[in-house]
Amino acid sequence: MSKVRTGIGRRSFIKSVSLAGGGLVIGFNWLACKRAEEAAGKEVAMQMPDEWFEINGYLKIGDNGIVTIYSPNPEIGQNVKTSMPMIVAEELDVDWNNVIVEQAPLNTDIFTRQLAGGSQSIRQGWESLRMAGATARQMLLTAAANQWEVPVSELSVEKGIIKHKNSDKSIGYGEIAKAASQVEVPEEVELKDNDNFKIIGTSRKNVDAKKIVTGKPLYGLDVQREDMLIAMVVQPPAFGMEFKSMDAEKVKDMPGMVDVFTIDTYPEDMEKEWSDVAAFSKLVVLVGESTWQVMQAKKALKVEWELNPELTKDIQILEKSAGLEDASGLESSEFHTSLMAEAGSKNSEVVRRDGNPEKAFKNAARVIERTYTCPFLAHNCMEPMNFFANVTEDKAELLGPIQTPEYAEKSINKRLGFDLENIDIQMTRMGGGFGRRLYGHFLVEAAVISQKLGKPVKLVYTREDDMTNGVYRPAYHVKYRAALDGNNNLTAFHVNAGGIPESPLFANRFPAGAIDNYLAESWTLKSNISVGAFRAPRSNFIAGAEQSFLDELAEEMGKDPIQFRLDMLERAKTDPVGENNDYDASRYAGVIKLARDKAKWGKESSEMSRGVSAYYCHNSYVAQILDMSMKDNQPIIDKVTCAVDCGIVVNPDAAKNMVEGGTIDGIGHAMYSEMSFKDGVPQHENFDTYRLIRHSEAPKAIDVHFVENGIDPTGLGEPPFPPIMGAVANALYKATGKRYYDQPFMKAQSILG
Amino acid sequence: MANFKININGKSQNVDVDPSTPMLWVLRDHLKLVGTKYGCGVAQCGACTIHLDGTAVRSCQLTVSAVKDKEITTIEGLSENGDHPVQKAWLEHDVPQCGYCQAGQIMSASALLKRNPQPSDEEIERAMNGNICRCGTYTRIKAAIKTASDSQIA
Repeated sequence: MSKVRTGIGRRSFIKSVSLAGGGLVIGFNWLACKRAEEAAGKEVAMQMPDEWFEINGYLKIGDNGIVTIYSPNPEIGQNVKTSMPMIVAEELDVDWNNVIVEQAPLNTDIFTRQLAGGSQSIRQGWESLRMAGATARQMLLTAAANQWEVPVSELSVEKGIIKHKNSDKSIGYGEIAKAASQVEVPEEVELKDNDNFKIIGTSRKNVDAKKIVTGKPLYGLDVQREDMLIAMVVQPPAFGMEFKSMDAEKVKDMPGMVDVFTIDTYPEDMEKEWSDVAAFSKLVVLVGESTWQVMQAKKALKVEWELNPELTKDIQILEKSAGLEDASGLESSEFHTSLMAEAGSKNSEVVRRDGNPEKAFKNAARVIERTYTCPFLAHNCMEPMNFFANVTEDKAELLGPIQTPEYAEKSINKRLGFDLENIDIQMTRMGGGFGRRLYGHFLVEAAVISQKLGKPVKLVYTREDDMTNGVYRPAYHVKYRAALDGNNNLTAFHVNAGGIPESPLFANRFPAGAIDNYLAESWTLKSNISVGAFRAPRSNFIAGAEQSFLDELAEEMGKDPIQFRLDMLERAKTDPVGENNDYDASRYAGVIKLARDKAKWGKESSEMSRGVSAYYCHNSYVAQILDMSMKDNQPIIDKVTCAVDCGIVVNPDAAKNMVEGGTIDGIGHAMYSEMSFKDGVPQHENFDTYRLIRHSEAPKAIDVHFVENGIDPTGLGEPPFPPIMGAVANALYKATGKRYYDQPFMKAQSILG
Repeated sequence: MANFKININGKSQNVDVDPSTPMLWVLRDHLKLVGTKYGCGVAQCGACTIHLDGTAVRSCQLTVSAVKDKEITTIEGLSENGDHPVQKAWLEHDVPQCGYCQAGQIMSASALLKRNPQPSDEEIERAMNGNICRCGTYTRIKAAIKTASDSQIA
């Protein structure tokens, strides 16, 4: 057991209690709560308590022993709404069958980092969640000890029942909760040893599963309020254009329509948060009584657009210098491709240099050079962007899907001028996030619209609005070069990476540290297409490119691709080059070995084409081996073996689900997905032309293995996503004899036919 | 606007809407049955799948005027207590991640098993190919359909 200072003073505790009072529960009645196990489908009869006692901001206990645990972070499908409360319940020593989970609203007085991003919810919440449970447990024990007039050290607790060692006294949490809520908050608490975990490390079903499979209202789009109006926006058809004029009179008279007007979401003088990314600030807004009516009006509305000189001038300069006749400032994918090829052929900003790479390349017997590219991507959360807002004269109520409620609150504060205490942000379950809902312009838009109307409004994006709105994964380009000496030894490594408008380079990640002569360069190009974080930003391209290059390099050197990686990692471990190597070579090698052993590498049938890949990001290590066969000239993915080191796995089956999903998502984006542009216009606006992976294209089996090392948990939502793209490319090579350098790989589908 | 009497989940319902209104929005906006999801509006993602006389259809393409006296079943009406074999299998395999597409997946899967109680892998893939899951729960969905198939036989 380790003693940990709680950092919870009496003063902050009292504040927490008052803030976590009854209002919290009332506000969430529409998401009516259920016990964790019942929600997962088990039929259990249990009465709700007559009275609740707040123990701390994370939990309250009913007089019958039922415990409500608030899940602080936004739920985007990463399952934190189950796994975060599991961590609290573990230290509280309560029966999971007696736990109800509720989504906490934004409350910066109680919770830190209420954000879904960077695969950090569990990693950064680990200690505070455990302390919340342990502190409450300690208070309950103290209350029982006081009542029985015995020392706390003589008490034990199991599944919410406190027992006295030297007598037959016992008491349930529910019976002592009232007294416990009056106990002084301990300054130090004892946390459990990992060996004593009873809930952490055991599979618990998704607490919302029953509601999901029975179609209960859970998502932002499901919000209904009396007198609520539906709002939709019309945005410019191209990046670089803006609103000029419209003829709205006829449309206003269409059935169910209430109003048509324009808004400026982010006026120029507004101080913006990092999360206030929006390509289109000035929008046309249509408001009506029902979704279909507003959709019809939206189709009928005639709007004139014009070039925005501020947005297009930099692009025009680029176009002119590239010799384009029509320098409109509106970007096209063809232009992007040629610009990136040119930028990638030049020397760029040196981010890291070890040894003397220039000399090594000059003296090389052979230089291998390969270039990899990927297009822009739209996030395509299955639930399109939306938000509910009810802004009255002095209060803003916001409810919906947002990954960054804390920043959204600041944005509303700046945009509407309301004090933070008059802004109430609550989070619904989200139909996907993937980074898209970090950027809460839709929340600000909903608030501005509601304020203007003086009515509650649900803003709804159509799929087309959602897909053409920007905040895309950037387009990237990377060139790798390797120098080999006369004995086929790797003597130097060069990575030159860039993109529109950001570079995917991680200069200090593997293989940096494993090669004496190493050079990493980075460049960027301007664009007026807005971009944002997309599941494993930057890694989601560079991992696959790097792992494809290493595969080709191993082949050129006559080495087994796994042994080649392990040899390099051994070098990085025993005699690292440089000091800022951003990975643990032993853990990295560990997942590769685990995948190798589980997939029985080298023993596959001759008909099977195998590709391997491994990567480190978001504090976790993942290795994947992908088995492919060809049927009717199309690749079939028969199996993927995944090895993952993310430290302690809180909820194993759910974690497997996450790895399976990340793997399938990664295969899909590498193979099929692409957003392209012509004269600033996104060329895909719905799933008829924008390809996402479908059932028949998914692997037939995915085998997931976790490294058991007892290390505090690290990220899991993102790490399985980037490396699989390399495994796909490497297996495709084995299956077809051709290397695939440009995503999406199946764009070159004719090659296979 | 016109009045339509439609049979939804075994109950007769009256709605006063434009005849061109898709059932998706009749369900969601007018009848507050929000389990049927909007994903694309062009029959490409399957999130809005319902049953029309027991057959899986995309409710975003089914106008209210086309329903006439056919019976509509939504996710809310698939079973009384959420215990349809497909729902139970979904819980057993803990399929959902974000969960948004799952009502549509379940409606497609339950219609498949009704007409073909023992589908092959290929038949499952063909029947489910119109239902997109961005989270990538496809392997679990297939496993859950097989479990539901087995439980129906047993």
